[in-house]
Amino acid sequence: MDKTVDSLATAVARVEDGMVVMIGGFGGAGAPIELIHALIDRFVATGSPGKLTVVNNNAGNGRIGIAAMIDAGMVAKMVCSFPRSSDPRAFTERYQAGEIALELVPQGTLAERIRAGGAGIPAFYTPSSYGTDLAAGKPVAEFDGRMYVQERWLKADVALIKAELADRQGNLTYRKAARNFSPLMAAAAGFTVVQATRVVEPGTIDAEQVITPGLFVDAIVEVGNPQQEEALIRAGVAYP
Amino acid sequence: MSTRLSNAQIAWRAAQDIEDGAYVNLGIGFPEMVARFQPPGKQAIFHTENGILNFGEAPPEGAEDWDLINAGKRAVTLKPGAAFFHHADSFAMVRGGHLDVAILGTYEVAENGDLANWSTGPKGVPAVGGAMDLVHGAKRVAVITDHVTKDGRPKLVQRCSLPLTGVGCVTRVYTSLAVIDIENQRFVLREKLPQLSLDELQAMTGAELVVPDSIGELIAPEI
Repeated sequence: MDKTVDSLATAVARVEDGMVVMIGGFGGAGAPIELIHALIDRFVATGSPGKLTVVNNNAGNGRIGIAAMIDAGMVAKMVCSFPRSSDPRAFTERYQAGEIALELVPQGTLAERIRAGGAGIPAFYTPSSYGTDLAAGKPVAEFDGRMYVQERWLKADVALIKAELADRQGNLTYRKAARNFSPLMAAAAGFTVVQATRVVEPGTIDAEQVITPGLFVDAIVEVGNPQQEEALIRAGVAYP
Repeated sequence: MSTRLSNAQIAWRAAQDIEDGAYVNLGIGFPEMVARFQPPGKQAIFHTENGILNFGEAPPEGAEDWDLINAGKRAVTLKPGAAFFHHADSFAMVRGGHLDVAILGTYEVAENGDLANWSTGPKGVPAVGGAMDLVHGAKRVAVITDHVTKDGRPKLVQRCSLPLTGVGCVTRVYTSLAVIDIENQRFVLREKLPQLSLDELQAMTGAELVVPDSIGELIAPEI
């Protein structure tokens, strides 16, 4: 078994118009910049994939990554907890112009909805957001004297995530706090694409150290020395 | 003597109540300052919801690792015994009652324990982050805040007028003038600045203060 592919373009080829795409990362930590930019390259060249729903904790920063997807006009809707950043211009302008939809989800609820999507749990109850505007219209129930809000699972057609090590079967490790949403998204997507800083042979990663088992991974592309979103933003880089 | 505590002094006072070995989440911004004032011999373990336990101070400028950040997206360092985990585990720690203390900032806090700290109304782009999760599950949910707004209106109120973050969730409020517990949907005064009369404090508070027989003096060092 070998899930590696030879190019970024091949890796993101499964993303089509109108799909739900989960993108790993919390701020710059774990953002799969090269996969995102490969998707933008295809959109610029062909006009597809557009009308995407993007699931990420944030809604882009600066002029790269998800912000560059929004600038390119590929994103119809963001599902996120915190659509603000040090430079939120891309999302803010489109949102205020009514050109992009927003589903605002508390961060822990977002994580658990994604987890549930990957785990085959269609709905669950959480105390988060009970009695607030973000619970409007959602079923509530009392358990052991406390009130809870029913939330639905969240699944995606494709997930784009960044790993540190990947073996050819898709077993993954992550780097520091870049792990964040990626293990959850890998399970919640129908097709999970990984950019890994280093691809190794099966057995190289100690089985005790595997964070995401290869079963959740469909395609791997090696991107040595990957770009870091925060560093690009601080350098004022724009993409394309 | 100043007529109110500075933000650093409010953070200092909140830090005095954190037990040795406590697992603590500090909200982004002002609450992060609490970590600077841990009493000697008391070592809390700090949780950041993006997936680190036992992180430490910011690294020197130029030595940042942007894969090692806190929830405010600022670079941090690790202490011995640190751990990384994914977001579902991180919020299991939060909602599952595994944190001892969460300390948050606020726009308003009500006598029934309701908290409003995520939105000032319909203008602009709404953003909630982990605020609505953090108010549930920690054994103590404390708020640190100025006692009044910049234009002098009470931040401690009968009922919040701004969009709620959580219902009945706050257990203690550390302000620039007083330390107040929320018990049975009432503000119960525990400490106040010694030079401030009860009437003066009540006048700056938007709901009735319950005053026990014995209250402490709120005295913080010059910082």
